[in-house]
Amino acid sequence: MTKKHSTPPSTAASTTAKPLSESPAQKKAAKPEQQVTAVEMGARQREISVSEFFTKNRHLLGFDNPRKALLTCVKEAVDNALDACEEAGILPDVTVRLEIAATNGAPPPASQATRFRITVTDNGPGIVRQQIPRIFAKLLYGSKFHRMRMSRGQQGIGISAAGMYGQLTTGKPVTIISRTGPRAAAHFFEVQIDTKKNEPLVHENKQIEWEQPQGTQVAIEVEGKYQKGRASVDEWLEQTSIANPHVKLTYRTPEGETKEYPRTYHELPPSPREIKPHPYGIEFGMFLKMLQDTKSHSVSGLLASDFCRVSPQLADEICKAAKVSPHTKPRELKGTAAETLYRTIQDTKIMAPPTNCLSPIGEKAILSGLYKQIKGEFYTAVSRPPAVYRGNPFVIEAGLAYGSAPQDQNKPRQPAMPKAEGERDEEDSELARVIRYANRVPLLYQQSACSTFKAVLSTTWKNYGVTQSRGALPGGPMVIFVHMASVWVPFTSESKEAIADYDEIQKEITLALRECGRRLGLFLRRRERAASEYRRRNIFELYIEEVVEACNRLKGGTLPKEKLKAQLQKIATSRTGGLKTDEALGKTGAGPEGLPHSIIVTAEGVEGEVDLAARVQADAATAPVEPNPPGDTAPIAKETKGQGRKATSAKANGAKPPKRKAVQMPLFSGPDRPAKSDKRDKRDKQDKPNKPVPPSKPRGKK
Amino acid sequence: MAAKQRKTTTVEKKLIGVADVVITAAERSKDPTLEIPIRALSNVSFNARKGLIEMGSKKQARSFFNVGMAKKFMQTVLVADALSELQRAELTTSLREIYYRTKHTIQDSHENTFDTQDESDPVIEDLEVSLSALREELHVRAENSGSIVGPVVFGDDGDRVDCARLGKGGYSVPSIVEPEYLEIRRCTADFVLLVEKGTQWNRLSEDKFWRRYNCVLLTGNGQPPRGVRRLARRLHEEHRLPVYVLVDNDPWGYYIYSVIKQGSINLAFESQRMAIPKAKFIGLSSADPERYELPRNVGIKLNDKDIARAKELMNYEWFKKPAWQAEIKRMLTSGLKYELDALANKDFQYLTKKYLPRKLKEKDWLD
Repeated sequence: MTKKHSTPPSTAASTTAKPLSESPAQKKAAKPEQQVTAVEMGARQREISVSEFFTKNRHLLGFDNPRKALLTCVKEAVDNALDACEEAGILPDVTVRLEIAATNGAPPPASQATRFRITVTDNGPGIVRQQIPRIFAKLLYGSKFHRMRMSRGQQGIGISAAGMYGQLTTGKPVTIISRTGPRAAAHFFEVQIDTKKNEPLVHENKQIEWEQPQGTQVAIEVEGKYQKGRASVDEWLEQTSIANPHVKLTYRTPEGETKEYPRTYHELPPSPREIKPHPYGIEFGMFLKMLQDTKSHSVSGLLASDFCRVSPQLADEICKAAKVSPHTKPRELKGTAAETLYRTIQDTKIMAPPTNCLSPIGEKAILSGLYKQIKGEFYTAVSRPPAVYRGNPFVIEAGLAYGSAPQDQNKPRQPAMPKAEGERDEEDSELARVIRYANRVPLLYQQSACSTFKAVLSTTWKNYGVTQSRGALPGGPMVIFVHMASVWVPFTSESKEAIADYDEIQKEITLALRECGRRLGLFLRRRERAASEYRRRNIFELYIEEVVEACNRLKGGTLPKEKLKAQLQKIATSRTGGLKTDEALGKTGAGPEGLPHSIIVTAEGVEGEVDLAARVQADAATAPVEPNPPGDTAPIAKETKGQGRKATSAKANGAKPPKRKAVQMPLFSGPDRPAKSDKRDKRDKQDKPNKPVPPSKPRGKK
Repeated sequence: MAAKQRKTTTVEKKLIGVADVVITAAERSKDPTLEIPIRALSNVSFNARKGLIEMGSKKQARSFFNVGMAKKFMQTVLVADALSELQRAELTTSLREIYYRTKHTIQDSHENTFDTQDESDPVIEDLEVSLSALREELHVRAENSGSIVGPVVFGDDGDRVDCARLGKGGYSVPSIVEPEYLEIRRCTADFVLLVEKGTQWNRLSEDKFWRRYNCVLLTGNGQPPRGVRRLARRLHEEHRLPVYVLVDNDPWGYYIYSVIKQGSINLAFESQRMAIPKAKFIGLSSADPERYELPRNVGIKLNDKDIARAKELMNYEWFKKPAWQAEIKRMLTSGLKYELDALANKDFQYLTKKYLPRKLKEKDWLD
């Protein structure tokens, strides 16, 4: 509303005097009473703080309704926790607790409650005391916006917006406990945001005793609605755990249940590197700004040092082509000259940006994530080689889990009820589920606007033996996983719900999905072949009985039944080729062929990445044994104790880490030599399960 | 049907033959195979001299140890068993009862021997054909869906049925009308009029058309069932009555006429017994609307299916007579079909009082 009044006259205000003399005379006739002078208008015009803006436009940040708001708050807090842990090189151990905040009297049941207290605790590096208020109570404050590096958060709005939402709906401040190490003190803060100034207000600040040796805990009280099902907090956390199998996630639901998502992948994703912008990804306005801000003294220097993939020679070439002296001072380059230079840069062939700024999840990790969370018969994962859109490097990864777990399959079969006419086996009419991720964060809303979803729809799944109606998702018990990792994920809106539809991105997703589909098709055909052989043999065995009985009745019950049966059975076996059938049925023990990075679960056992699967199972099995939160801190302490404040640098130090790196590198060096890397991977994996607590120990160097 | 000593009938022997096929094949370690004549257009030919559709000699093998046929084979044996049970018990039954009798869940599975009647009906027809036994001989009857009225007297299960004294409802034609089940004691009619539609039969019966023109009125309510066709044939054969067929003017009407006259493709093997090669097509002809001044607005536009079917008919050997080609072509050019009921547009009794009398007087029919 304020905008309406303030924006149009702002132009008038800048050209001060003129309208003053004219407007009163003109407007008098029309509306004498509502006459407003530019001066009066000018008096009303003032700066709008970002926080005020977002207070009014909270839907832009994902706080449209109570249910979504609850999820957004959890998401922002968890994203921050994970980003911090990973950047510090700590295997994340995150606890999310949702509690019903009692308004007055007895707390209502979870589904009726309108107020929740969200507490997210991590074992990350902690935050230095001075920064705490600003990180949690100042919008657009953070470390991630200004750099070209892959991370979950991008803008520095999230957590403070969540705090602001809480403040708006419940009036309660955000509480933070943070400790940077076992020897440092734990700081307790209560902060609120001054929405007018977009500055933090500190309510409470003290040192406290905290059982955790290191980490951060954020608690926000918000108005929300807890509802399970699609796009719920539960779903989000589950999906987070799929894409982040290196995270140990504990979730206490408002109903008092504790859900454990164990760590099944004991390696941190390689830390992504920061890169300079690629010339193709820069817009003209941005380029002008860079010309002003640069520290270089010459244009060629600017090109070579402020952009990636531009060498001094190339910079000189560009200048020459643009007819600009390479020694011109950047600040002096203006107008058409600057524009020509910009055009020339865009027309010059420049190498694609480096891709070590990306940290894809990796095929093994996706596989273990899917295998851990989803019960199925077939799993596969594909990581595409890096590609570039608008100068931003990105990697697409896709995964697929198909089928119902063998034990589930058997269940409904038990009561072999005779079927009446028109009655049929209940067919699975369910459609596949697409789970989407951007930089490891699940995307739950606006599915149909998302590039990933469109790519799933446009893939012809029928080619891979899966049903698909026109313009719909493929049918069948299937979960399709798509992840986009990039330094800058192009979201369609601020609330980060859908990935924009760039051709390059769409193409990569489609290629990844096709590879998944191809493997699924291979699996399905193999299974179908085995099943049809089985059926062949079965059919005869089933019908022989019937035929013999009928013949016996026809002959007036005088037939030597057993003899006839034996004769027929003999023919049956000779007709269905004994050994060959066994082979097709997979009874000879041949593993899956041509199915890299896949797991197949059958009633007899697991095939494919057996070691990985076994690991996941072992981890999952131990999880419930682990004591709940109070005792939970003990193992964390052990893990983190050895870890110095700057664990990040440990990457280069210890003897183990380089080898560890070798394990993961091939996964995103592209599919050129998958076989080789695969073998190495497997060997590495095979000896790992023997070590008791392998992940954290080697990392802590100090 | 007490426990008296009875001889196994020929049909029963044939049915037991099915079991023998299995037993002998098993002893020789061969795949048990039944030979079943093909019941399709590809295996029928039109005998122009006799005026009948005859079945060819093409056969298909149905063997047990073939994944595609195993179930069919098993079903065939089961149906043969059920049919022989009927023979022993000297009962007749319906297609649907056969289906229920043979339906059960196969041991140790949840597969049914038959899922719908659509599976068992063709198996029965297969057996009819391959054993060259008539359906009546197999003791399987269809539903009674035909009526007869007129100066004819039947003996049915010892009862005397005088079709001239059965009001306007007439006698319901049983599905098995073989002499041993239904006896024609007396018939004084001059001809048989077989009407496609029950509604028009009712009209004629109510108007006592049969009394005035001394004829037998028969209807089969659409495609006439075997009983009706067989009865018409018997009246035609045993009492030398000419048969006239009155159907709608559309491709389906033409086909009904052709089935009565030459036999059907599916049951070509029964043409011998059922077909009436001398039957005449009395109407509705595509020339009638003009001749009887039926307004165009009581016609119905031919749909795509009608047109396709009409073209198909024109290719049948037995519709190759020039008069018939012209008849069908005329319908296609006009683009309209007419129902018998459309005659009511002129007068409720137009069919009885004007149309048929004129047709009979002018001997305006097609052969």
